[in-house]
Amino acid sequence: MKATVYSGRNSVEVQEVPDPKILNSRDAIVKITSTAICGSDLHLYDGYVPMVKKGDVFGHEFMGEVTDVGADVENLKPGDRVVVPFPIACGACNACQSQLYSLCENSNPNAGRAEKLWGHSIAGVFGYSHILGGYPGGQAEAARVPFADVGPLKLETDLPDEEVLFLSDVLPTGYMGAEMCDIQPGDIVAVWGAGPVGLFAAASAKMLGAERVIVIDRFDYRLRKALSGAGATDVINYEERPDVVEELKEVTGGRGPDACIDAVGLEAHHAHGMVHAYDRVKQATRMETERPHALREAIMACRNGGVVSVVGVYGGFLDKFPMGAVINRGLTIRAGQCHVHKYMRPLLERIEKGEIDPSFVISHRMGLDEVSDGYETFKHKQDECVKVVLKP
Amino acid sequence: MPVDRLSRFLSAFSLALGTAQLAMPNVVNRVAGIRDDVTTRLWQRLVGVREVVVFAAIEAEQPRPRRALWMRVGGDAKDLTLLTLAWRDKRASGPRLVGAIANVAAIAALDAYAAIRAGRPPENERTEEEPMHVKAAITVRKPREEVYRFWRDLENLPSFMNHVESIEGNGNGRSHWKVKAPAGTHVEWDAEVVEDRPGEALVWRSVEGYGVQNSGAVRFLDAPRDQGTEVHVEFDYGAPGGRLGEAVAKLFGEEPTQQAKDDLRRFKQVLETGFVVRSEGSPEGSTARRHLKQRPGQPVEDGPGEQEPKPSIERAPSVEEAPSGEEGDRS
Repeated sequence: MKATVYSGRNSVEVQEVPDPKILNSRDAIVKITSTAICGSDLHLYDGYVPMVKKGDVFGHEFMGEVTDVGADVENLKPGDRVVVPFPIACGACNACQSQLYSLCENSNPNAGRAEKLWGHSIAGVFGYSHILGGYPGGQAEAARVPFADVGPLKLETDLPDEEVLFLSDVLPTGYMGAEMCDIQPGDIVAVWGAGPVGLFAAASAKMLGAERVIVIDRFDYRLRKALSGAGATDVINYEERPDVVEELKEVTGGRGPDACIDAVGLEAHHAHGMVHAYDRVKQATRMETERPHALREAIMACRNGGVVSVVGVYGGFLDKFPMGAVINRGLTIRAGQCHVHKYMRPLLERIEKGEIDPSFVISHRMGLDEVSDGYETFKHKQDECVKVVLKP
Repeated sequence: MPVDRLSRFLSAFSLALGTAQLAMPNVVNRVAGIRDDVTTRLWQRLVGVREVVVFAAIEAEQPRPRRALWMRVGGDAKDLTLLTLAWRDKRASGPRLVGAIANVAAIAALDAYAAIRAGRPPENERTEEEPMHVKAAITVRKPREEVYRFWRDLENLPSFMNHVESIEGNGNGRSHWKVKAPAGTHVEWDAEVVEDRPGEALVWRSVEGYGVQNSGAVRFLDAPRDQGTEVHVEFDYGAPGGRLGEAVAKLFGEEPTQQAKDDLRRFKQVLETGFVVRSEGSPEGSTARRHLKQRPGQPVEDGPGEQEPKPSIERAPSVEEAPSGEEGDRS
């Protein structure tokens, strides 16, 4: 079959690889009908995630049709249409039983390596480095889905792929980012990053009752999408108005937002060239693994006693972290890879009821053969790119 | 040569060479076949200072100057680098330089030998085989009785103990173990259960006088709330090759603590999910060795030759299919 294969820093190719086959009795094979490039795939592509090997198949947002199931999969049969959550979860361990699916204790065969970097391991993830298991991803014609009796959401609806595909990652991730803010009526929420996760975080904050939602980015076309599609009430282009903390004080009567969501992660930009260069050089020389501009700003901006919710991806160690602000001002930091399994069904219901149509983030539709153009266009934000959907 | 005389010789050598390099760098350059100019004389003097420092360090650390001798090994490595750089220099004298490089290499070997010797306790303080102590723990979301029973059944152990080739019960509480060891070898021993408290603990030790000596215990405790059972494993064993063997094994991902942790992870997987969890990057499941050398994360080939026949004991309750992968090219 054809698959998106990592062929070195800043390079992916469509290559012929073996067809997936069942390795465990709770596996299913899914023929992929739609898949997407995630912002976090760019961290792999740019070479910032450890233990990515040439030859790895990328992609953790995918859906399709079941073609084969292992002996112990009873809930699915060939022909079923499914969306697959990006974390692989066994459903039986203490983490899964507490609905913390992205922290599954059994699904990462390379847990020993993850422990060395993070202290403890987390769940395996499709197509997301060997530190998260070494599973092939879904930017391919087919994929093996482990624990198919736990993860895939069987669709009984005839909603088109584009409206349900993002249940695999970006919609629940944005939603969890907003949910972690414990939004109360009248709250003001600020979201850093108007990529798909940021847009869904903003839309979710509105759904959960935020009065105002302020989105911060450096691209006007994305900020327009935040206003038109995600229901943001205010936007800040930080390249035009670089002092975001002051801008937010202005908007919030000096208090700061009640909750701040970081939907940017480890490759943030900064309006001031020198500040950006400082972290860029340290990152390039591996003196830190992240460029945490968005996170630093979210912490500095948040109101006293507020919540900073982190769904942007970080890999290792960052510095100049304003811990003084966190402790002295009583901030709460909440974070996590999304526990997708927990959110898929309720969010599908919201889509079915018409409360949200996630397809508004799609800017590009391509065939699998064009995937390397897709990565370049997305990485360099060319052609007003927000989200690339691939049809294998 | 006993270690103290050897190290005394090496420290005297350091002092002599260092003094010569400081006092007459031009002569040393000529003898070593190195171009003689301001730069190389400066280098000679710098190395001379280092040699004198090493002399002092060895003497200060006697009778077992382990660290100072490793300093010498490091210095040798640097000297070899400098001499190799000189080799590129057309003004250097070839034959003499080759002689100098050979001399430094020989001295480096002697230094390394002395340093390793100094790192080991003297004969009279050393027991026959210093036992390795290994500890690991994991929490399994199953009732204590069930976890204990699964472990107690010898037939189940190979399903999660990756290195066990076979276990045969001999009746009367004894069993014969055959276990894979580094570099394609294996070790064997007879074990007997010395304490068996159902649902609580299992203590074993190897029978005297045959194979690898080892002893250990696995304890089962209720985890707080409804989180299942804590499994605590602890064992001692005489590692083949002592500490050096352990260091080498570690390089190849065979370090015992890591192995024990991986075994426990697979134990948990088998009990909680029904099988050892496999990815395409780690088709045989969680193993320390595989952590170091991953397959690419793409579907496994089904071609002949790549499928490693699994020993019959590798049968977790519901593993459907033996994993394939590139195991063949590593053994």
